[in-house]
Amino acid sequence: MAEFAFGPDEDVVLAPGEATEQIAGKSPWRLAGRRLLRDRVALGALGLFVLIVVLCFSAPIYAHHVAHTVVFGSNLNGTTRVNGKTVEVIQQGGGKLGIGENPIGPTWQTNYFIGSDAQGRDVMARVLYGGRASLAIGVGSAAICCLFATALALMAGFFRGVTDSVFSRVMDLIWAFPVYLLAISLSTVLLSQTKPIVNPASLWIPTLVIAVVYIPYVYRPVRGQVLSTREKEYVEAAVSQGASNLRLMFNEITPNILSTVIVLFPLMIATTILTESALSFLGIGVQSPHASWGTIIQDGQDLLYTRPWVAIAPGIMIVLTVLSLNVLGDGVRDALDPRAKVRETKE
Amino acid sequence: MTAFVIRRLIGMVLVLFAITVLTFLIFFATPGVDPARQFAGRNPDPTTVAAVRHQFGLDRPLPVRYALMMKRLFISRDLVSYGNQALEVVPAIKAATPVTLSLVTGAAVLWIVFSILTGVLAVVFKGTLVDPLLMILALIGISMPVFWLGEVANLITLDRWHDTFLFSWVPPNGYVPLTQNPWQWFLHLIIPWITLSVLYIGFYARVLRADLLEVQSEDFVRTARAKGLSPERVMVRHMLRNSMITFVSLFGLDFGVLVGGGALLTEVVFGLPGVGKLTYDSLQTLDLPVIMATVIYGAFFITIMSAVVDVVYARLDPRIRPT
Repeated sequence: MAEFAFGPDEDVVLAPGEATEQIAGKSPWRLAGRRLLRDRVALGALGLFVLIVVLCFSAPIYAHHVAHTVVFGSNLNGTTRVNGKTVEVIQQGGGKLGIGENPIGPTWQTNYFIGSDAQGRDVMARVLYGGRASLAIGVGSAAICCLFATALALMAGFFRGVTDSVFSRVMDLIWAFPVYLLAISLSTVLLSQTKPIVNPASLWIPTLVIAVVYIPYVYRPVRGQVLSTREKEYVEAAVSQGASNLRLMFNEITPNILSTVIVLFPLMIATTILTESALSFLGIGVQSPHASWGTIIQDGQDLLYTRPWVAIAPGIMIVLTVLSLNVLGDGVRDALDPRAKVRETKE
Repeated sequence: MTAFVIRRLIGMVLVLFAITVLTFLIFFATPGVDPARQFAGRNPDPTTVAAVRHQFGLDRPLPVRYALMMKRLFISRDLVSYGNQALEVVPAIKAATPVTLSLVTGAAVLWIVFSILTGVLAVVFKGTLVDPLLMILALIGISMPVFWLGEVANLITLDRWHDTFLFSWVPPNGYVPLTQNPWQWFLHLIIPWITLSVLYIGFYARVLRADLLEVQSEDFVRTARAKGLSPERVMVRHMLRNSMITFVSLFGLDFGVLVGGGALLTEVVFGLPGVGKLTYDSLQTLDLPVIMATVIYGAFFITIMSAVVDVVYARLDPRIRPT
């Protein structure tokens, strides 16, 4: 049975197993941290995510030392050793009629662990390299999105009036576009520049496009929080002490809306990773020479019936990454607001 | 209520106008993009480019081009694609709409039924193993990229297990109109329906479960049980009704997004010639008028649906009606 703490600190609610004496005087952040550390499922998810990040960023080590392969650039005439025999990477006589070319399938050994793609490249190494791009774009765009959306929401909610109207109308306009269509439009236009202003192959284009497209999704909840925090007594107290606008925004309001943003962050990363993979699959996300999980799935489309692992492996990586982020996001939300969990355990 | 509806409609029209302006600007006013140069062929000399520009009307001032394009799109409806001069954009969108509607409506029916089932089961069996199991399945569902799931579905049903009794009935990718052959229409759409709905079943099951749990601790539920109503009746007539509000408003938005072209990944993977596939094909050739028209169509649909959802939401929940 859960207990409620209706003491001097009414915003702090006990998680199952906590006693009032234990938490007296501790800051909400420290309490949230402790709750998160006790949540083994969330910790497991965090561990999985960190593992994936480490694996992907050690792609050069894998490629060089384990698989002995170079992933960028074709390897159509390459050979490799399987079970002691030297085999061609792209073999003749593939397909159902036996007259096509067939990349080598999974060897389940250190070289070509899950086979090769149509260009003769080691898929496992490519998946790890692609992970670097996917994760960088995912985390980067989520960070930019949350940062900008919070800043805009802070200004809109704090100053209200014209600022709020203008910002909110702009957000409504972006919100009115289906997310994918807006991302597709912006990417298409930026990638089809005949006199390029930004390098079309840069990873910044998908990052910024995805960040912009999701700003309204963070802006709205944060602005709501700012509006309600603005009316609290401690803000009034700070005003009566002569605090400037800037001081109010950063010292009084921001710490209290941070929990909303912190909960949204892992969920936004999950969303941006999925969006980036979709855009790359359509050909308007990550451009060559870079690879990402989405582009590898695109590569694997033609090989789907003969060498399915090329398309399946990056998808599994995406599922694991996004799943771990979703579970982590749930855990963070439960840690920051155990009220939700408490309501569940009450019988 | 009427004043609310009218105000919402006026707001909607303004948003639609702003959407057309924004879309036009994105496609035709982004610095660095010059469609004339692309259509003038390889290594064009300046006179060719100027001639092409004049032919497509790209040398007129921006507001004039905007007005012309809007007129061609909405009034005379004879906007033609850049790449294929015989392709009229508006009829193409009209032809593609039934396909998208078939796909999305079928998937919507599936996901409504199964997400309600999953959410309710998770709440009824809370405390047993069923609840976490269902929620893990839901989480996995929302973590899968839909195009990847479609590829895997194709792999299993059309290749690996196609010869078994399980999937031998699955026809090759494509679309058969309902009016032409209802049974084939159905068969062609089953796997796409399931693929598209998995993501949404996961999402809506979680939302519904959270809402049901919140409602469970409300007083009126306790009263209903105290009156002696069976748990089933309490669940259906009292708890579900109140939890459906969020569900309905989210559903309206998602349905609008999907019909407006958000289902493009599923359509591409399964070869269904819907609005999404039209967008995708025009992307490959950078056919700006078609892309612009489909994007405007998509944005229109979602704006209209969100206005409808607001009105329905106000109808369902008298608390939010402005008096």
